Amino acid sequence: METKRQYEVVFIVDPTVDDEVAKLTDNFKQVVLDQGGSVTKAETMGKRQLAYEILHKKEGTFVLMEIEGSGREIAELERRMRVNDRVLRYITVRVDEDRRRAEKLKGRRTAKAAKRNAPGSHGRRGAAVEFAESNGE
Amino acid sequence: MSTNYEDRPRGGGYDSDDDDRRPMGGRGGGRRMHRRRVCRFCIDKVDLIDFKDVRLLLNYLPERGKILPRRISGSCATHQRMLAEAIKRARNIALLPYTTD
Repeated sequence: METKRQYEVVFIVDPTVDDEVAKLTDNFKQVVLDQGGSVTKAETMGKRQLAYEILHKKEGTFVLMEIEGSGREIAELERRMRVNDRVLRYITVRVDEDRRRAEKLKGRRTAKAAKRNAPGSHGRRGAAVEFAESNGE
Repeated sequence: MSTNYEDRPRGGGYDSDDDDRRPMGGRGGGRRMHRRRVCRFCIDKVDLIDFKDVRLLLNYLPERGKILPRRISGSCATHQRMLAEAIKRARNIALLPYTTD
């Protein structure tokens, strides 16, 4: 069973070393690539106020990465982030399952809508409308 | 808004003119009745609640910073679960507070 997993990683970088953000991101990207994963997206969400202080810091630069892989690269990436003091905090969320589920629901909904709008259908609303129309209303 | 928690005046009892009342809604017979609240996410057909969407999540986080309960927001179980999960993730990375002051 070798399906690729998708992850979203968000990490907060110390804003006092703002010029290093790009370098750090590239560094992490390389880590992922070395472990056989791929980075589908890497963007800086900008400097933001933190909702609470982390290591006495009130602000942080947020970076979002989307990663595809087996999970091994996540382990390595998290290890690196843990060790690095410039990274105030990180979170990894596996998104493929939820996204697949959302896709399925969306598909089902559009299918349902198509059925309802299709002529000659016996959908609940469609039938009522047709009935009204056949009575010349 | 969702925080608008209105109390219906008592004494009216079973009011047949009350068209806000749905057949399924008023389980309590003729007791206090509330406007039937419906899940915002179901109406908007949301399949996924993103923990990075602070603006959205903030609507479900009153001043104190607690997650707004379902009985007030009217969210359905599925969406409330997704919402709670998203809020907790957002808290973890300091996008939302665990508590205020």
